[in-house]
Amino acid sequence: MHKKIYTPYFFLAPALGTLLIFFFLPVAAAFLMSFTDFDIYSLGNLQRARFILFGNYSQLLSDPLFWKALANTFYFVIVGGPLTIIVSLLAAIALNSRLLYFRNWFRLAFFMPVVTTLVAVAVVWRYLYHPRFGIINYLLSQIGIQGVDWLGDPHWAMPALILLAVWKNFGYHMMIFLAGLQAIPDYLYEAARIDGAGWWRQFVHVTVPQLAPTTFFVTIMTIIGYFQFFAEPYVMTQGGPLNATLSIVLYLYQQGFRWWRMGYASAIAFILFIIVFFFAMVQLSLRKRGEA
Amino acid sequence: MKTNKFFRKYSAMIGLHLVMILISFITLLPFLWMLAASFMKSGEASSFPPRFLPSEFTLAQYQFLFQRLSLGRFFLNSLILAVSVTFVSLFVNSLAGYAFAKFSFRAKRPLFVFLLSSMIIPGQVTMLPVFLLLNKLGLLNTYFGIIIPGMASIFGIFLIRQYLQSVPDSLIEAARIDGARDFAIYWRIILPLAKPVLVTLALFTFMGTWNDFLWPLIVMTKEEMYTLPVALANLLGEHTPDPELMMAGSVITILPVLIVFMLLQKYYIQGIMLGGVKE
Repeated sequence: MHKKIYTPYFFLAPALGTLLIFFFLPVAAAFLMSFTDFDIYSLGNLQRARFILFGNYSQLLSDPLFWKALANTFYFVIVGGPLTIIVSLLAAIALNSRLLYFRNWFRLAFFMPVVTTLVAVAVVWRYLYHPRFGIINYLLSQIGIQGVDWLGDPHWAMPALILLAVWKNFGYHMMIFLAGLQAIPDYLYEAARIDGAGWWRQFVHVTVPQLAPTTFFVTIMTIIGYFQFFAEPYVMTQGGPLNATLSIVLYLYQQGFRWWRMGYASAIAFILFIIVFFFAMVQLSLRKRGEA
Repeated sequence: MKTNKFFRKYSAMIGLHLVMILISFITLLPFLWMLAASFMKSGEASSFPPRFLPSEFTLAQYQFLFQRLSLGRFFLNSLILAVSVTFVSLFVNSLAGYAFAKFSFRAKRPLFVFLLSSMIIPGQVTMLPVFLLLNKLGLLNTYFGIIIPGMASIFGIFLIRQYLQSVPDSLIEAARIDGARDFAIYWRIILPLAKPVLVTLALFTFMGTWNDFLWPLIVMTKEEMYTLPVALANLLGEHTPDPELMMAGSVITILPVLIVFMLLQKYYIQGIMLGGVKE
């Protein structure tokens, strides 16, 4: 057996080598870069980059655009996250109903947005939101609601992106909820029925507590995913109008690849990392407490 | 009393179905409009009140895309990348997943914990250094610039490891006694056994690569190397093309992933249940 001691390392080498070169070293490099003034002049000549300690970070703190991007991203997460989860949960409960026919068909229909290309559906929604020719305003006018200039009005641009995100993502979490619902043992509902609990009380006292771990997992996953939103504003609004939809990753992309301020952009990336890390830690600690 | 209960059950059932049909309608409407508008003549989608069907069915938008805007090339780029990343990463991740599942070695646990904990690092953090590295290696605007960094995924390694842990050791031992080499065991025994999880991972990887936007946007700066999503976004950025043309482009972009998903639905849903991770 001992002559086989190298075998697992041979098997691991391609994967670990790739991860080291294209993931772990770049993370370290980004961390170092965030303390330098690496910019377009450093691209040709590394000597030009100097360490400026916390210069980028202190500059970020006084950068109104960065605060705007941060606020927008939190808006997207705090409003879009819970909305997505509520819609997912309701859809899962409806799909799980015993009264429902064509269950597989409905499930497929709800899931279609999840698997389709985000950029392509963002392009489609851009036209659906058109203030004059778009279907959304037309349908609203049919039921007597005055439409708005969705993507052109700073107040409405972010809600428009949130609507798209809910539509695109709810099917994914719905599947996870559906698995959670099907795992709830029937005898709990029977016991509740025998005690005279109606539909609503069964939901509050059986379904909600039984689904708590699933809900928690889904919530954290959604939050972490939504903090990284980028393609929607890139395609639909370019961060406008008046920077109303500028997200952290979009700002990072602009600073890094439009202005080549790589040191500054790396600092933005690390702030994003710290935020995501915080939420992941919350999940880990609560999960541990749940097991204990 | 009895009829009342009967009536309540039926009204609940009808109500439920009406709500479900309404939600399906909202879910599918953007797709239906996209499809309808892609067959319209230029200008028809910009009319008031909005049209839901083309006045006459035309393939002019598709012809224009393929003949004048070289959409075929972008389609090919997307396909080459999605297929090669899928195959290469299946190989690399299954090797590593097998090592973690069925070998005991000293660094196993610390390595595993290290990989697990690094899953929370958002990919955008590595964007700039990877770009600089690919630039140094001369891999910008090449297929390898996407394929090589995409060869290994921590999620893929975990998925395969999880699955292979249920494979009995006796199978591997028996093959060893018969004198099979380690690689032969992996190739002839492990891979066939892991088929279901490999299909799941292949599906996730294919769709993830096809739908990806951020990486190809950064790596592919020359037009002939664009993938479909990048071409679509840049078409929109450069000038304001006809909506009908953009809809045809969206149809071409969405259709392949949709077909692949429809064919392999079962495996996709299994993947979510195994702790699926988004692209």
